[in-house]
Amino acid sequence: MKILVLIGNVPDTTTKIKFNADKTAFDANGVQWIINPWDELALTRAMELKEAPGSTVETIVVANVGRAETEGTLRKALAIGADKAIRVDADPLDAAYVATQLARFAGEFDLVFAGIEASDYNGNAVGGMLAEMLGINSVSAVSGLNIEGSQVIVNREIDGGSQTLGVSLPLLAIVQKGIAKEPRIPAMRGIMMARTKPLEVLQPVDAQPLTAIRTFEMPQPKAACRKIGEDQAKELIYLLRDEAKVL
Amino acid sequence: MSVLVYIENWDGKFKKISFELASYASSIAASLNVPAVALSLGKVDNSELSKLSVYGISRILNNPDERFNALDNQAIAKAVAQAAQTTGATCVVLAHNNLGKAIAPRLAVKLKAGLVSAVNGLPVSTEPFVVKKMLFTGKAFGHIEMLSAVKVLTLSSNSFGLAEKQVTASVEFFDPEMVDADFHIQIKQTNKVTGKVLLSDADIVVSGGRGMKAAENWAPLEELAALLGAGTSCSRPVSDEGWRPHSEHVGQTGKIIAPNLYFAFGISGAIQHLGGVSSSKVIVAVNKDPDAPIFEAADYGIVGDVAKVLPQFIEAVKEIKS
Ligand SMILES: Cc1cc2nc3c(=O)[nH]c(=O)nc-3n(C[C@H](O)[C@H](O)[C@H](O)COP(=O)(O)OP(=O)(O)OC[C@H]3O[C@@H](n4cnc5c(N)ncnc54)[C@H](O)[C@@H]3O)c2cc1C
Repeated sequence: MKILVLIGNVPDTTTKIKFNADKTAFDANGVQWIINPWDELALTRAMELKEAPGSTVETIVVANVGRAETEGTLRKALAIGADKAIRVDADPLDAAYVATQLARFAGEFDLVFAGIEASDYNGNAVGGMLAEMLGINSVSAVSGLNIEGSQVIVNREIDGGSQTLGVSLPLLAIVQKGIAKEPRIPAMRGIMMARTKPLEVLQPVDAQPLTAIRTFEMPQPKAACRKIGEDQAKELIYLLRDEAKVL
Repeated sequence: MSVLVYIENWDGKFKKISFELASYASSIAASLNVPAVALSLGKVDNSELSKLSVYGISRILNNPDERFNALDNQAIAKAVAQAAQTTGATCVVLAHNNLGKAIAPRLAVKLKAGLVSAVNGLPVSTEPFVVKKMLFTGKAFGHIEMLSAVKVLTLSSNSFGLAEKQVTASVEFFDPEMVDADFHIQIKQTNKVTGKVLLSDADIVVSGGRGMKAAENWAPLEELAALLGAGTSCSRPVSDEGWRPHSEHVGQTGKIIAPNLYFAFGISGAIQHLGGVSSSKVIVAVNKDPDAPIFEAADYGIVGDVAKVLPQFIEAVKEIKS
């Protein structure tokens, strides 16, 4: 069995977000890039599945649509334990564009992992689009996954609870928190090995984005916090009713 | 032409989020000068369906097929796509919740439509079609132009609110072409959380962090939530510790919520936490550290011990409710 894990390259979660002067482009100066947190958990789960006793997982491939600067992030995924990386050499214009690029080769895999969103553009889209383009099953909000023969047993969150499902391969699992406990951190040996693992670069196919970010905007600054003494805590509830009018 | 909105039900009932979506769809429909059509799948009574007309929906399509209750995103996307085609929808609206997030991308591919998820409120303009959404988990917003003929949107809950606009509506049986093979998932077990307000549907959310110290200290927090009809949530370390379920985790790697009122008890206010709650209309923070970053995001704050403040809050809420 072959597993593909989609890898988003996103700014570190503590990054101070800046834009150019006319607010039409993200300013990547000084930004530290990381593997999208959900993708890191997905890769961790893929590794666990491969290492499990009696596992049928032969290989784990990671893939990203991005320019050469994203190779550091792909190398980190190789250092965590993926066997091979694929980079489609293009700017990730929008989710439909990215999914179209991935659809060229993702059909060769039995199980594809995508994160529920990317922490930069918060899109929630690539995984589901890719599944539809490939015509394969998908389950979203996956917080647990086990392979049992040709069936996959999946835990997913629903609004108002959770479910355990059986679904057949090939499958695209769109994962969230819980899929793995902690993301794996590359060990020294993994980092050394990653240098010699294959990283294939593909040229993009022709595709049109369907959405385009025109301008960015920073949130309104908040007014100062109104402080109330610990012993007057009851007063705050009255303020919420009479002043803020939210009770 | 139309604006189509997919309305999910919970055991045959709608929630506030359903009516917010209906309000939102009919408002977009009005600006495009086309009717607002709703689609409901699974068994829902006519009396419940017709409530959508209070929020401007003039045509209500429904199909009571129980198989839709399995929340199979492939099957639902197929049915919604057919409804979009038969009603000539140029814009399809879904909830930004677990089901909506799963359906929207599949639907967008079927309709060759652009997708923007988690939009905040009405389009900035319809010609060109530009919507606003939160980016970088709350650290910025973007104005996004949708270039395709058909647009798919998921709406962040509580970003638009309810807008009553009673219209006369027809309730129609809708019969999408479905075959057994369209239903792919087999449900082995369902655990429903009963008697609790859904986080995505909550006007008020009461949240606890590591400063709550232990799982057993949640009793007063839950009491306060119950008195306020509020949902409960927590910071990431709290769910990592297993003090609270993962479904309550809010923030960058958890849920993003925007209630009218958010209480943060013993939460430091790390940037990754704030990403999930900063769109809340009013934030109340209780933290014993006067320098905790949560106070920079809060509208009201108490520098103090949660154990001393919670009982006073409970008492005051009991007073105003009586
Ligand atoms: C990639 C990444 C993603 C992350 N995603 C998220 C996320 O989605 N959500 C999230 O919440 N975090 C997330 N985090 C973690 C985040 O950085 C913080 O570590 C976390 O939010 C801290 O949780 P906390 O405020 O409950 O705990 P702490 O930071 O430990 O704060 C506890 C607070 O309680 C106060 N306190 C202690 N005792 C009392 C008392 N008796 N009365 C009143 N106050 C008291 C303390 O002063 C302190 O401010 C993420 C981190 C990373 C690196």
